[in-house]
Amino acid sequence: MRFSALKVLKEGLTGNKGWTPHWRDPEPKPEYDIVIIGGGGHGLATAFYLAKEHGLTNVAVLEKGYLGGGNVGRNTTIVRANYFLPGNSEFYSHSLKLWEGMEDELNYNVMHSQRGLINLFHSDGQRDAFARRGNAMINQGDDAVLLDREGVRKHLPYLDFDNGRFPIYGGLYHPRGGTARHDAVAWGYARGASDRGVDLIQNCEVTGIDIEGGKVRGVQTSRGAIRAKKVGIVVAGRSGQVAAMAGMRLPIESHVLQAFVTEGLKPVIDHVISFGMGHFYISQSDKGGLVFGGDLDFYASYAARGNLPMVEHVMEAGMTLMPMIGRARVLRSWGGIMDMTADGSPIIDKTGVDGLYIDCGWCYGGFKAVPGSGFSFAHLIAQDRHHAPAAGFRLDRFRTGHGLLDEEGTGSQHNLH
Amino acid sequence: MRIPCPICGTRDRREFTYVGAALPRPSDEEWGAGWDDYLHNRENPAGETRDLWQHEAGCGAWLVVTRNTVSHAVLGAELARGATA
Ligand SMILES: Cc1cc2nc3c(=O)[nH]c(=O)nc-3n(C[C@H](O)[C@H](O)[C@H](O)COP(=O)(O)OP(=O)(O)OC[C@H]3O[C@@H](n4cnc5c(N)ncnc54)[C@H](O)[C@@H]3O)c2cc1C
Ligand SMILES: [Zn+2]
Repeated sequence: MRFSALKVLKEGLTGNKGWTPHWRDPEPKPEYDIVIIGGGGHGLATAFYLAKEHGLTNVAVLEKGYLGGGNVGRNTTIVRANYFLPGNSEFYSHSLKLWEGMEDELNYNVMHSQRGLINLFHSDGQRDAFARRGNAMINQGDDAVLLDREGVRKHLPYLDFDNGRFPIYGGLYHPRGGTARHDAVAWGYARGASDRGVDLIQNCEVTGIDIEGGKVRGVQTSRGAIRAKKVGIVVAGRSGQVAAMAGMRLPIESHVLQAFVTEGLKPVIDHVISFGMGHFYISQSDKGGLVFGGDLDFYASYAARGNLPMVEHVMEAGMTLMPMIGRARVLRSWGGIMDMTADGSPIIDKTGVDGLYIDCGWCYGGFKAVPGSGFSFAHLIAQDRHHAPAAGFRLDRFRTGHGLLDEEGTGSQHNLH
Repeated sequence: MRIPCPICGTRDRREFTYVGAALPRPSDEEWGAGWDDYLHNRENPAGETRDLWQHEAGCGAWLVVTRNTVSHAVLGAELARGATA
């Protein structure tokens, strides 16, 4: 089934009876060439690109719950390419280009909206740092505009520009930054992979990884054993637990990140606004809800829900930045489990086990990485060599100290990201 | 979340700064697997864990806190100096 304007019109007029399920629901086969553990955004995109770019379709994605039930359906959907460090910037640049072609590539409306992202600054020092970041973005071939105070005011007249503690000096504007419909991204990749022959197996928890003589042989699951020549681990917040099944310990600590949404309002916030000094960011969904969040709760957690101190902190930061937000009513809040690495950057690499690959450590920024990570991880699994834009995401960089990707410049230490 | 500081009594989580997994400091003189494990690699358990917190807005003591990462229940705290491994 393909989507088209004509099809939507026809179905609308005939009671929407002609739509079919978006993907098949097959029984697991006893053996595959490649098994991907984890049916989040990254796992589904990996399966899609294995099929599309490498012609590998004897592939299964094993998901312990339902497709898209993890972080891919819990995030605040910011998509951007405003990284500074070589190693990160070419990867996110590639990922954003894939976003820009995604709806055509998947024939799926993911509501990708390049509404522009503005990172605010509040001092001369911060302005210099953002000017430098903007230049790095431009050198990478992406877009960045340094706005002064009046420039920000034209876009965001409702901010508190004269706040005593954080007066607004200006902002770094990234016009191609924006948001997307998170569930649709998972569904679109799922449909594309399934159409090409990939088996998507839900309610199938991987409970063990079979290794013989240093080589991967398959996995044990809640639906029986499945043999595989190659296995990819892409389980986000659960990375440490699944890697432990292969005897590995990762440079990862799982933390909880919360987010919030208000009841639907008329259009008021046209951009994505990031208020780094207050650890606060916000956008407005197409349904009208103000979607916002802050920092990690800052302690190891698998609870997928946070505590009140961070709720208070985020609300205070929102009030500081845009006092008008106090009139909106919060509808709900939730949390997700983040796979935090020691330097805050991800890992896409081989492991010590032949045929076993891992893609993890996306921290709180892995939604925008979904297409790029899927593309690069598929390349690594299919060709057994790194895809150039993701070649810096090495697992051994912590042990060797070479190529650490400490984007925030805070140090490579677990409690600092 | 509230943490029972052995010196100050039970206090709000806001008074404490999280540092990370409570691990024995390696005695190795040279950089190697011992230091890599200490600084980077984690058990990262879903369930009971022991981590280091500092009672920053209280007595300043470093504590080893036993808690559950799934339920957020705090099960106990002792001074890091002399904490049982
Ligand atoms: C509140 C919040 C806000 C965020 N905001 C942003 C943002 O604005 N922009 C951005 O870029 N990123 C954001 N992120 C981060 C982003 O959501 C994640 O980095 C990304 O979704 C992780 O990759 P994933 O989609 O593959 O993860 P998931 O969707 O979590 O996929 C992992 C899957 O693995 C499955 N799994 C786990 N263990 C097993 C097992 N043993 N067997 C089988 N399956 C298993 C899980 O059930 C899950 O479905 C945010 C995250 C949160 C929580
Ligand atoms: Zn104390």
